[in-house]
Amino acid sequence: MTDAISASGLVKTFGPTRALDGLDLTVRTGEVHGFLGPNGAGKSTTIRVLLGLLRADGGETRLLGGDPWRDAAALHRRLAHVPGDVSLWPTLTGGEVIDLLGRLRGGLDTTRRDELLERFELDPRKKSRTYSKGNRQKVALVAALSSDVELLLLDEPTSGLDPLMEAVFQDCVNEERARGRTVLLSSHVLAEVEALCDRVSIIRAGRTVETGTLAELRHLTRTSISADLAAPPRGLAGLPGVHDLHVDGGRVRLEVDTDHLDAVLRRLVDSGVRSLTSRPPTLEELFLRHYEHERVGAR
Amino acid sequence: MRGGTLGTAALLRLALRLDRVRLAVWVLAIAGITVGGASSVAELYGTPESRAQLAAGVGGNPAYRAMVGPPFGLGEIGGVVAWRVGFFAALLVAVMSVLLVVRHTRAEEQAGRVELVCAGVVGRRAPLAAGLLLLLGANAVIGLLCALGLLGLGLGAAGASALGLAVAGTGCVFGAVAGLTAQLTENARTASGAASCVLAAAYLLRAVGDSSEATWLSWLSPLGWAQQVRSFADERWEVLALPLVATLVVSAAAFALAARRDVGAGLLPTRPGRASAGGSLRGPLGLAWRLQRGSLVGWTAGAALGGAAVGSVAGGIGDLVADSPQTVRLLEQLGGVGGLVDSYLALATGVLGIVASAYAVQAALRLRVEETDLRAEPVLATGVTRTSWITSHLLPAFGGSALLLTAAGLCAGLVHGIAGGDVAGQLPRVLAGALVQVPGAWFVGGLAVLLFGAVPRLTALAWAALTAFLVIGQLGALLQLPEWLVELSPFTHLPRVPGNEVTAAPLLWVTGIAAVLVVAGVWTFRRRDVG
Repeated sequence: MTDAISASGLVKTFGPTRALDGLDLTVRTGEVHGFLGPNGAGKSTTIRVLLGLLRADGGETRLLGGDPWRDAAALHRRLAHVPGDVSLWPTLTGGEVIDLLGRLRGGLDTTRRDELLERFELDPRKKSRTYSKGNRQKVALVAALSSDVELLLLDEPTSGLDPLMEAVFQDCVNEERARGRTVLLSSHVLAEVEALCDRVSIIRAGRTVETGTLAELRHLTRTSISADLAAPPRGLAGLPGVHDLHVDGGRVRLEVDTDHLDAVLRRLVDSGVRSLTSRPPTLEELFLRHYEHERVGAR
Repeated sequence: MRGGTLGTAALLRLALRLDRVRLAVWVLAIAGITVGGASSVAELYGTPESRAQLAAGVGGNPAYRAMVGPPFGLGEIGGVVAWRVGFFAALLVAVMSVLLVVRHTRAEEQAGRVELVCAGVVGRRAPLAAGLLLLLGANAVIGLLCALGLLGLGLGAAGASALGLAVAGTGCVFGAVAGLTAQLTENARTASGAASCVLAAAYLLRAVGDSSEATWLSWLSPLGWAQQVRSFADERWEVLALPLVATLVVSAAAFALAARRDVGAGLLPTRPGRASAGGSLRGPLGLAWRLQRGSLVGWTAGAALGGAAVGSVAGGIGDLVADSPQTVRLLEQLGGVGGLVDSYLALATGVLGIVASAYAVQAALRLRVEETDLRAEPVLATGVTRTSWITSHLLPAFGGSALLLTAAGLCAGLVHGIAGGDVAGQLPRVLAGALVQVPGAWFVGGLAVLLFGAVPRLTALAWAALTAFLVIGQLGALLQLPEWLVELSPFTHLPRVPGNEVTAAPLLWVTGIAAVLVVAGVWTFRRRDVG
């Protein structure tokens, strides 16, 4: 099966700023792909290049087997997009906007639309200008999810939703995956990406810094350990893979590269463990770690 | 804090910072046009003989009275300046003031920025107060510059001050009206549209009042007040109380409304709408039509009304002129009373052409509004091509400006025809006069499309071009602008109808250039980034 999205070496400059600086992104057909990066990293710019709204200055992009700039309108019939900043026509009602966007895309499933309206608890009779940010986002989500398309491009779709609606959204994405649809989910809500995504790409300053499954990425990172020991530990600092070691009498806090966990635990047991908490790396730490690396590397 | 004006000073500084370039251009342009026009007048009518000739000729001409108001004291240079230039300055300053106040009140609120500001230590009335203070300041500076400029030309101090105050006062009244309409609706364009309607009504009232027996009508119009001050002709200072009181009363009403409503909301309530889209909301054209139809209906109704006013004034011109045998003789050299009426109608339909152009620019630049408000993106992310999206908005813009002129021409022709008892004869002539303006409106609309495609950040230049064409058309001869500059305006090339032959060549040329501009605009838009 071909990849739904393959981009390599994408470059996009706006005047003196290089928004995309050789970005690579591969999204396999049928997967939910997390697209992570801090604000200004280039997530939205990438999606807008994929939509043919921006023309890349360099690099290769294929989207659903076509060229996103040249074949824009034809490709758009096969995908749906939820922008990060949803702006609607103030005089149209939410229901009208949903139907309009569906029709412009070539038709929508009205049963699915009504079901989604109910699940997202959205009143389609209100004029768009009266909707809050979260409700505007729901309008865009319902319009996208009730279209019969192969690919969903979601740009921080939950930034205005409350936790209940966030759960509804996650259910919906899982349903889309079950139907064999491909999803590119840009986000900086890491818990959401952890819960939903098969694979993740992390970008920074317009460049891809990490791509892989969560398990693969975790392997590259560290576990946090804090322990109360019977006696002060010895020789911890000399062990390979130990970072951020804090020792205060019998209390120990440290982080360890996952590969070196074994040796550290053995040393702790030697000093008599009273209590121990160990936390696997969250995506968040993975994320932060990466930027730390970058900063160190830059020095 | 409720109802307070706390934080007004900070908001005023912000508004000045945001608007420093645009406001400076407006202020200097209006003062420059006024003083430049006055200087040309002083040159053209420097001798008592030339002024006497003017007074005997066009001075008593009701067509001119309808267009620019009644002349006072044409015996002096100052009187000619006040008549020929002062009114135009008052009109420009009114337009500037409406746009200025809406830009700093409702437009900011609609964009959600007032919410951000009002969450800080800022009173409920502060945004309006800041907008109105800016209005006052801008008008004071324009009035001062005009007065100083006229003094510099050697005109009398009393007349120069009166003219400066009259111009500034007119700006303040219409700015205050815009402050009021900004409280009524949630939409900035509706607010400036409503205030512009008041301005148009003021113009019509004055035009009818000044060119007919019902002179009291002029006293209902703030534009009439500026003229009744009679700068340079035994100034009537007490008339200046009218704009002052009107500004205060209208501002007070605006403040009262501002304190009563929610931030972001208008006073006119919103009702629940349809849960699903109707059959007409299908495809990009359906959407563009839905977005543009309200504005088109409003503009068409306004143009029809304006046309009717033009037609109703035209008939009276012959009667009034016929009273004076001296003018009749003069006129016969110009082609008789019929020729006078025709030249008035040609002049008036030229103004309707500018109005239709303004609509075309506004409707075409809806594209840019949709783009900057991030509403182009969701449409272009569907199966809609860029060409069909841009075309969907150009149909209302270009078809609409033709419709506007048709409506105005029909109404002007009908009213003029009925008044003269010759509908079958006059209607086609007047309608033709309006329709020859269509290519001109398309030209300006095409310019807006090209700017949108090629240099989207500079789309405001379309308005600048339209203003320049207006100045060239209205004051070109007076300002003694160079030939090549006058030739730049498409309206210069359109046949003056009725009264002249309709020649196809200039119409086809201007239409052709408009088409090239549109095609170039679409072509450049297809190649640029969106957003």
